[in-house]
Amino acid sequence: METYALLGDEAIALGAVDAGLSAAYGYPGTPSTEIMEYLQQIEKKEGKPLARWSANEKTAYEEALGASFYGKRTLVTMKHVGLNVAADAFMNSALLDIRGGLVIAIADDPGMHSSQNEQDSRYYAEFAHIPCFEPVNQQQAYDVMSEAFDLSEKLHVPVMVRLVTRLSHSRAAIKTSSRKKENPGVKAPDVKQWMLLPALARKQWHSLLKKEKEMKSISETTDWNPMVIKNSKIGVITSGLGKNYFLENLDQCSQEFNHLHIGYYPLPYDKINKIASSSETLIVIEEGEPLIEKQLRGILPLTIDVKGKLSGAIPREGELTPDTIRSVLGLSPKASAISSSMPLPGRPPQLCKGCPHDDTYTFIKEVVSELKESAVMSDIGCYALGALPPLQVPETIVCMGASITMAKGAAESGMKNVMAVLGDSTFFHSGLTGLVDCVADNVPVTILVLDNSTVGMTGGQETILPSERIKQIALGVGVHPDHVHVVNAHKNDHDSNTALLRKELNFNGVSLIIPVRECIEYFRKKRKAEKGDN
Amino acid sequence: MKYDIILCGVGGQGVLSVAAAIATAAGIENLNVRQSEVHGMAQRGGAVLSHLRISDTEIHSDLVAEGSADMVLSMEPLESLRYISFLKPEGIVISAQEPFINIPNYPELDKIHTEIKKMKNSKLVDTAHIAKESQNPRASNMAIVGAASRYLPVKTESLKKAVAILFKNKSDEIINKNIRAIELGGSI
Ligand code: SF4
Repeated sequence: METYALLGDEAIALGAVDAGLSAAYGYPGTPSTEIMEYLQQIEKKEGKPLARWSANEKTAYEEALGASFYGKRTLVTMKHVGLNVAADAFMNSALLDIRGGLVIAIADDPGMHSSQNEQDSRYYAEFAHIPCFEPVNQQQAYDVMSEAFDLSEKLHVPVMVRLVTRLSHSRAAIKTSSRKKENPGVKAPDVKQWMLLPALARKQWHSLLKKEKEMKSISETTDWNPMVIKNSKIGVITSGLGKNYFLENLDQCSQEFNHLHIGYYPLPYDKINKIASSSETLIVIEEGEPLIEKQLRGILPLTIDVKGKLSGAIPREGELTPDTIRSVLGLSPKASAISSSMPLPGRPPQLCKGCPHDDTYTFIKEVVSELKESAVMSDIGCYALGALPPLQVPETIVCMGASITMAKGAAESGMKNVMAVLGDSTFFHSGLTGLVDCVADNVPVTILVLDNSTVGMTGGQETILPSERIKQIALGVGVHPDHVHVVNAHKNDHDSNTALLRKELNFNGVSLIIPVRECIEYFRKKRKAEKGDN
Repeated sequence: MKYDIILCGVGGQGVLSVAAAIATAAGIENLNVRQSEVHGMAQRGGAVLSHLRISDTEIHSDLVAEGSADMVLSMEPLESLRYISFLKPEGIVISAQEPFINIPNYPELDKIHTEIKKMKNSKLVDTAHIAKESQNPRASNMAIVGAASRYLPVKTESLKKAVAILFKNKSDEIINKNIRAIELGGSI
């Protein structure tokens, strides 16, 4: 047994390795990125497990499925919105006969520290009818992996492990157990259970619903759903980090509570009935959507008072904190040091000083200012920060890859001077398919792929392929060579870049401009790594 | 014993190095530590906040509650005020006095300093001066750690050991300069 100080993400990674992990796939996204980064560090040192970034979350998920098909314990990791991209593979994988344990580690971002929404992945687990574990601290993040892999192989289903930012990115010491051996490579014994042709899929669906009964009965007995009945009139149901904040405040409360914590789904109906019948009021403290509270409330009238996010007793939006649950526990806010009366200006995140995107946006901005009608559809990445002052160039930011396709739709509706701005990594993720659509219909759009040779936003992972190939890809799918340009993303080239953009906006077809300059953060990181190696 | 610290500054100022030094020192003394970090979008020149909790008993929450921090330790004066509601009435604010100005509407520095001095317990640290004195332009972080050292529930010796651990891939000269910065910070 050894002790390490690890991030929640790193504990997931090490827990997986010690559970006999063979392969891991994923796509970077805050707050999940450090899971794969830690696995890659282990791979570098020990030669295994295989830990790979994929082009996007869907390809990652499918690659993981392939490894699981060969009987190996496999991990797939992404952030919450990444699961939307992988949802096709994810939903269907629930119907397969999983033999090599398949665990999906998903990191949600309540409070939207670094995301475009607050979606709660527990809904996805419920939607797919698979079990979901929710660790509340780093030790549990480590311990859960072995349990999740075992369960996946016992019930033959994928198993989700749901994390949130505060656990992913918080560090604490954990104790590790001995390492399990990897599974041998053995092909799935019954391939009929891997072919979701309608007639076969119906059988698989039937069998999944049968497995679901077992998932539910586990929920009543597992240590992950502990319950203590203290003859109190008030019961508290916690899930996720809600438990930590509850315990943090508990010693200040004048009374005791009945307490049920839920760390495993599907929900333990019997236990919930038990705590409800022992209490007059039920407080539900859960991180994310009010998933449990909503089920408790249902549609028919309640016989018990339920307090939580839906009743308004706990804020509906944002992440939980030790403070936001004080009033529902009957505590008043804590007195703090004199709060300063001085108005403080905000300090929003910015592009790094000298970032290549700055120079690219500057030339786009100049051209846009000359136009009567125009649109700059942008995407997810560092360059989204160009939407804030002083640049304020992007006008839409929706989801990975949406820049090109939204530009196409707007242009086809008759809008003039439509541009799509996205990064090289986002282009490989899901911009490529949009480019195919544009070429197929020969739509007048000007696509700018900002090539900084890295996934900058998440801390400088390498792009999946060398980004010099984007030009070849564009030519290969049929963008006319006269309208594919690689330029310097530098202020020295400002005049030629503005002239080029003006010209391409006038062209009645697909144009692709690739402004190239290395991300300075990535450059620094690389230089540091080179120095470190010497 | 329980000691809660709010660490803050601007992305790129090394708030996480400060956190790592104190957390490692607490680990050396076998105390429980929880340290929340900030990653991703929040890093780039924006306000950065990290919660650091040290205790000899179990720590439940990764987050410090409002009005509970024993210390607000800031790399930047404006940022120290931003999180002041975390400080408990008898807690202390320790901040670098030098501003990091990357926004157009940065308030007058004097006003910020006055506001900090109004707190019951506060300390402004001339980190730039210390950096010069320890001949290490990057010593501001460890100077702040030094300035905090006499209030922290860990020995200064452990902080120095922590520096040696954290910089183990660096030269002895760099380690010594950082240790010197802790000493200089501690002498104010
Ligand atoms: S990390 Fe790279 S791409 Fe992102 S803002 Fe900084 S320099 Fe630009």
